[in-house]
Amino acid sequence: MTATVGRQAQAAARASEVWKVYGSGEAQVIALRGVTCEFEQSRFTAIMGPSGSGKSTLMHCLAGLDAVTRGTVSIGETTVTGLGDAGLTKLRREQVGFIFQQFNLLPTLTAKENILLPLSIAGRKPDQAWFDTVIETVGLRERLGHRPAQLSGGQQQRVACARALVSRPQVIFADEPTGNLDSRAGAEVLKFLRNSVREHGQTIVMVTHDPTAAAYADRVVFLADGQIVSELIEPTAETVLDTMKKLDTQVEVGD
Amino acid sequence: MFRATLKSLLARKLRLILSGLAVVLGVMFVSGAFVLTDTLGRSFDAVFADAYEGVDVNVAAKPRIEVGDFEGDAVAMPVPAETVERIRNVAGVADATGIVAADGARLIGSNGKVVTSFGPPQIGANWVGVSDLVQLREGREPQADDEILVNAGLAKAGQVAVGDRVGVLTLEPKQEFTIVGIFGYSGGRDSIGGVNEVMFTTPVAQQLMLGQGDAFTNVTVTAADGVANDRLRDDIAAALGADFEVKTGAEVSAEASATLKEGLSFFNRILLGFAAVALLVGTFLILNTFSIIVAQRTRELALMRAVGAGRRQIIGSVVLEAVAVGLLASVLGLGAGVGIGALLAYLFGNLSGGLDLAGVAVPPAAVIGAFGVGLIITVVAALLPALRASRIPPIAAMQDVATPDRPLTKVTVAGAAVTSTGATLLFLGLGGHAGGNTLITILGGVLFAFIGVALLTPLISRPVVGLLGGIFSWWMPGKLGRLNSGRNPRRTAITAAALMVGIALVTGVTVILDSTKSSISGLAQDKIKAELVIGGAQTGPRPPTFDPVVLEKTAALPGVALVGGAYGDLAQVGDERTWVGANSDVSTLTRIFGARATAGDISRLGPDQMLVSSDVAASRGLSVGSTVPVQLARAEAKTYTVSGIYEADELLDPITVPVTAAQDFTVPQPIAGFIQLTPGAQAADVLPRVETLLADSPEVTVADRDAFIEQQTKPLDDLLRMIQILLLLAIVIAVLGIINTLALSVLERTRELGLLRAVGLGRAQTMGMITIEAVVISVFGALLGIAVGSGLGAAVVEALRDEGITDLVLPWADMGTMVGLGALVGVIAAVIPAVRAARIDVLGAIAHD
Repeated sequence: MTATVGRQAQAAARASEVWKVYGSGEAQVIALRGVTCEFEQSRFTAIMGPSGSGKSTLMHCLAGLDAVTRGTVSIGETTVTGLGDAGLTKLRREQVGFIFQQFNLLPTLTAKENILLPLSIAGRKPDQAWFDTVIETVGLRERLGHRPAQLSGGQQQRVACARALVSRPQVIFADEPTGNLDSRAGAEVLKFLRNSVREHGQTIVMVTHDPTAAAYADRVVFLADGQIVSELIEPTAETVLDTMKKLDTQVEVGD
Repeated sequence: MFRATLKSLLARKLRLILSGLAVVLGVMFVSGAFVLTDTLGRSFDAVFADAYEGVDVNVAAKPRIEVGDFEGDAVAMPVPAETVERIRNVAGVADATGIVAADGARLIGSNGKVVTSFGPPQIGANWVGVSDLVQLREGREPQADDEILVNAGLAKAGQVAVGDRVGVLTLEPKQEFTIVGIFGYSGGRDSIGGVNEVMFTTPVAQQLMLGQGDAFTNVTVTAADGVANDRLRDDIAAALGADFEVKTGAEVSAEASATLKEGLSFFNRILLGFAAVALLVGTFLILNTFSIIVAQRTRELALMRAVGAGRRQIIGSVVLEAVAVGLLASVLGLGAGVGIGALLAYLFGNLSGGLDLAGVAVPPAAVIGAFGVGLIITVVAALLPALRASRIPPIAAMQDVATPDRPLTKVTVAGAAVTSTGATLLFLGLGGHAGGNTLITILGGVLFAFIGVALLTPLISRPVVGLLGGIFSWWMPGKLGRLNSGRNPRRTAITAAALMVGIALVTGVTVILDSTKSSISGLAQDKIKAELVIGGAQTGPRPPTFDPVVLEKTAALPGVALVGGAYGDLAQVGDERTWVGANSDVSTLTRIFGARATAGDISRLGPDQMLVSSDVAASRGLSVGSTVPVQLARAEAKTYTVSGIYEADELLDPITVPVTAAQDFTVPQPIAGFIQLTPGAQAADVLPRVETLLADSPEVTVADRDAFIEQQTKPLDDLLRMIQILLLLAIVIAVLGIINTLALSVLERTRELGLLRAVGLGRAQTMGMITIEAVVISVFGALLGIAVGSGLGAAVVEALRDEGITDLVLPWADMGTMVGLGALVGVIAAVIPAVRAARIDVLGAIAHD
């Protein structure tokens, strides 16, 4: 089943008929089977699915971290598919932000330096007003001079969020951003992500397996077996969990 | 356990090969040195065995003055001609031949230049006919006084042929001869071991090579049939008395060969010195590599501990790895050493004009040295990391690999202790308080200083690396590189320390040689009051000389105010062998060389009088009126009375004898002439006239004073260049260390690199980051080396202050070059790791599932 989830709002990221195949012959694994999906601007979308459903692969392909086997991916006006290393680097600098589960910060840099890292790398000057806004939102003003080792896990992840936000990318891709955090720190990070969408119009695509985390999103896309199988708008933890359960049974029945 | 070790070894091939390479190089030098000396030694044995083939017993007079290595040949006392007759009368003697053969017959080739032999002697001898060894190839035997024969090798080198009129320099200035024949040696050889030979008629040979008629350098004896050589030797010795050295041909050949081999040991020491440097740097490298391996394997080792491996087993496993690396490196190093030894022997043989090389063999010393050094160095270097590995708690297997930055206190304290030990040893050695062990004490001091500084390096690295990196901070990848290089002070330090050793040695040697050069030329410029100087660069065992008549003729030239000719030779003074000088005009001591009398009169010198420097006076307890027995090379011992004492300096001979005594020097000709011009006279006018006078002495030139000083100090420059080039090796090895460290950094920081790439770091920027990390480390090592080297050099210069090295010259230009070289080394070392880093698959680096 291919869900047509396109909306009227302009898409910040788009995948059309994306296939991803690993290996060949006997060892061939099909991770994505013709996924078509749009992620609207200024919305917080979660991608969910059981392990091996292809949710991480989809995100990697969308972000240009992994090449697609067939189909095209675009971010904003840029067609990602077919870009060389220089093009991908430019894309990452200008249009994409990342938040990872772990190894998010450089241990040698202070929190402030970590936040400004993408801008420094690109040789751009930070917009001071926006930087202040971001710092206020994440509530890290007191800790800017600290190194990652001196910050708690939640603080570290907030620094990572600030880093992704400060360059105002087209899309922020977050890969299990709360996977390594306790529930309270996780909730803080998620609230903060949701606020940045609501208040500042940021687009965020988040991969997660946690229904509670997914409930913070505006919309949840469900993957199973490399295909989009379902979708929820304005989800709650309960509706997400229910959908997941259904998917599990479907898969079992399918087997 | 053994299996596990082997597997982990194979898994880390590249890293171990890199560090093993340093050991391979060190071992190569050690075994190469032994192979070289063994091969050349056996070749020399063969040469001399050949030369004394037909000689059953050899008779020579005892030399008056024993000379050491690098001081030229002893001037043998001539054997009076009548001795030959006395020997013939000894029962059992079939025949006795008087031989004249001495080093110092220099043929002027067809291009007008003196033919040099690059090492082997240039023998002038009397022609005693063909033999089993000597074969006339062309022409005939010499009959007239101006007829000579030359060996085929010399004829080729000088491009001369039978019938040519050639000049030959001997004890006397150039004389002209006609080549009437060319001879070779058995087996179709053109020369024996590259020796050049000019054969005169016996009276001419006696005059030119011995400086006296009716005498021989030695007498060769053939035994009658059935008479044993040693028996005959004893009989002849008994007949001649104690003034003669009577030996069998085999004994003489063995002794002559042994003397040359002694000279070779110098070569051996140089090679072993480089081996030591290579191994010292290699030790750092191996220590670092094993530390890294242990750190990387923390989890694995902890797991082993958790499943029941004991501490000893852990140590054993690391040491076993080291043994394997050491063994492999030793085998490879030995192989390379045999190759390099054979190559050097071949080059040596060719350079010295065709030494017939004995077959290359591997002496036991090479094998023992190779394995001993290779194994011991590797295992010792791995011991510390092995101990550290054994302290990993089993719980580390379950935890995240935490590499807490251990405090540097211990290592700093140890470093301070070792450094001060080194400083103390240096102080003792350089200050002359170490008794007979000066050299060992100094070398030990240098070694301790290196290790001590290496231990202190982690502490120093933080501020210095921070400061250095500041240069690159304007550029984000540069800043990241700088921060990375400061992350693991120990690793950075030991990598930089490996580079430090080479750079410090180069800097130290440069400081010492530049200071020496500057001091000597400064002194010469201050003191020598001569516009023009006659002299030549020394290439053989003695400085070149010229006809004393040139001095007189020069003095008569218009525009010349004063001419001083300097003579010099080794002599036995009292019970010490020392250099003595003589001046054609003793008043030039004050008028040209600025000597100042501290006692007596130094402006004149009677035939039985001598002048001494204040140093000699002090050390020998001499004062005006003291008497000293002096044994010159060609005269009976004679007692001289000290008539004056002058203030010692580098330009003045320690002892000055009258010019009449110079007639009894080995070569009774001046080695230098100093020309003072009248006011208003132009050096450019006088110079060509002196040149004309020197036409018969092609080895000697006249130049203005500065050019002369330049010429005299040039050997120092050449020496310096040679040492610098050879020490580059240490720097090359250090490059391996930097590659090693960086490759590891890249590996360890794969995820970080992935993250950086994900947030927009381009490939070029990634490479830039790694390169700057390398450059910061290597420049740090270079700066450290320059600092340590300057310190060591300055210490030596300070210690030599009394020897006349008064200037301390810090070679800023060379230091700049070395910092540049350091940066270049960093860039080169970074290439492979940087390319690797740039190729890191972003997704693979950051994906967590």
